[in-house]
Amino acid sequence: MATQRAAARTAPSSPALPDDGSVGTQPGPADPQEGAVKRELFKYRLRKWLFSPRPFLMLIGFAAFLGGWYLLVDVLGVWRFGTLPGLVEVVTEWTAREPAYGVSLFTSEYYTHIWVSLRRILLAFFAALALGIPLGLFLGWSTRFREFSFPVFELFRPIPILAWVPLAIIMFASDEAPVIFLTFLAAFFATALNTLLGVQSIDREYMRAAFCLGSSSRQVFRHVVVPGALPFIFTGLQIAMGVAWFSLVAGEMVAGKFGLGYLINSSYTTTRYPTIIIGMITLGAIGFLSSAIIRLVGNRLMVYRARAMA
Amino acid sequence: MARPVAQAAADEARAGDGQARPAEVGKGELRVEHVSKVYDPEGAAFVAVDDASMHIAPGELRVIVGPSGCGKSTFLNAIAGFHSISSGEIWLDDELLCGPNKPQAKPGADRVVVFQHNALFPWKTVLDNVTYGPIVQERLSKKEARDLGRERMEQAGLAGLEDRYPSELSSGMQRRVEIVRALVNDPKVLLLDEPFRGMDSLTKSVMHESLLEIFDKNKVTVMFITHDIDEAVFLGDKVSVMSTRPGRIKETIEVDIPRPRDYRVLTSPRFRELMAGIHGEVEIEARKAFEAGEREMA
Repeated sequence: MATQRAAARTAPSSPALPDDGSVGTQPGPADPQEGAVKRELFKYRLRKWLFSPRPFLMLIGFAAFLGGWYLLVDVLGVWRFGTLPGLVEVVTEWTAREPAYGVSLFTSEYYTHIWVSLRRILLAFFAALALGIPLGLFLGWSTRFREFSFPVFELFRPIPILAWVPLAIIMFASDEAPVIFLTFLAAFFATALNTLLGVQSIDREYMRAAFCLGSSSRQVFRHVVVPGALPFIFTGLQIAMGVAWFSLVAGEMVAGKFGLGYLINSSYTTTRYPTIIIGMITLGAIGFLSSAIIRLVGNRLMVYRARAMA
Repeated sequence: MARPVAQAAADEARAGDGQARPAEVGKGELRVEHVSKVYDPEGAAFVAVDDASMHIAPGELRVIVGPSGCGKSTFLNAIAGFHSISSGEIWLDDELLCGPNKPQAKPGADRVVVFQHNALFPWKTVLDNVTYGPIVQERLSKKEARDLGRERMEQAGLAGLEDRYPSELSSGMQRRVEIVRALVNDPKVLLLDEPFRGMDSLTKSVMHESLLEIFDKNKVTVMFITHDIDEAVFLGDKVSVMSTRPGRIKETIEVDIPRPRDYRVLTSPRFRELMAGIHGEVEIEARKAFEAGEREMA
């Protein structure tokens, strides 16, 4: 799937693409032809991707991984691999209408865990976004504010999320809040720090240009600082999403009654080993999807960068 | 406060105002009076500009040449309001931009800068860049600004590029867009800081002609900084040579080549004569700068 992205990105730069110049760089006023052109372009890229070596390499990669798993665990069972759930066992369990250990694609319990985790991630992530981005912007914009608050920020940032677990449990009485808090905290630091770096990365000439074209400070903030920091902000959000999943699982293993982290941990204590693997793979897939969505939104908001690459 | 007209540098008087292109009287007259700028990095006072005076008449295109590091940009930054000055005064028409009680001018759209490196906002389309000034100043409505922007872009041969992003344009076009973005504000003075640095000579000569064409349509005072003497003589009404550090205006030479000028001027005897004169002056300064550098290295 990662290669598909790469293909979509690199395709326009290919000299073989005949109508790229007219499609990629001339977004005229909306006309009926544009939709058709876009569809054609999409089809072209899909075809190009399909006939490139990329999908096959991707398939070979997956096949090698699954084959290795099957061989080492199911067939040979060499060394400690014999203790792991085998490929066949996991797949049968995952796709069974009546799973031996209670969780499969056909049980509502599976989706409850996914939903609970997703809800926690979304709450924590959006809270981190709503607080972290403004904080980062102001840290970058105001020297005085930075001097006053950055040292405190830097003292808290390196504290590993797991070290917050006891405090989170003491602070929040419910089952839900400590997990969300831990998830939020990790995402918040990543977002704020990257936003700050984003503001600092802006070329001073843009600010000078904006001032000498008659902007007020507020207008410079809005028209230069925010859009200028956006690439870094989105990098920060990607990182934030990653650490959010990490902290979520840690939090769910310690506190919490549902969620994929809880599923993995409780399956371990009740020796439902195939379910652990189901939980892990589900985490991998959802984590990948959530990063992909952020990238997509970023590309939408920063058309100029997508076009510069094309 | 009375304007210290009498203190204008002697070489200014010698050069006269004959070649200035027509402009409304009293619009865009720039006076720099005995300006000095001392930097103080780590306690070691460093005089970048020392007692520099200059008078640019309304509508004049003044080029300032000098060796690298002679304080040309410091000079421009003081007028633009990016840097403070240590002493002296800078006047624009009847307004004191900076002086004894106000070391740093406030940047404003009456003195727009075109920067050495492309400073178009990469996240805005070309038209949004061009209309940025009038819109943030709330001088025009969005629609009026866009109409004006389109009109000016067309005049500058940039029609059809409105919805592109700056990164999709060639460097020559980017420069032109940036100049249009500045002129849309009807500034009194346009400040250009080596805008064509690093361009190949062919693009540069095309840019020079298009720049002159754009300027002939806009009555604006121009201060153009460069270290390219060809460029200076080709573009300027007058060329001021700045001495090496500490920078001062050493000499101002009037370029009495009639306008409109095109590339044929480059081979005329008068052009070569002026070139040779200015080249001699700059050469002396460059050598001094070089020797000073050697001394510092030793």
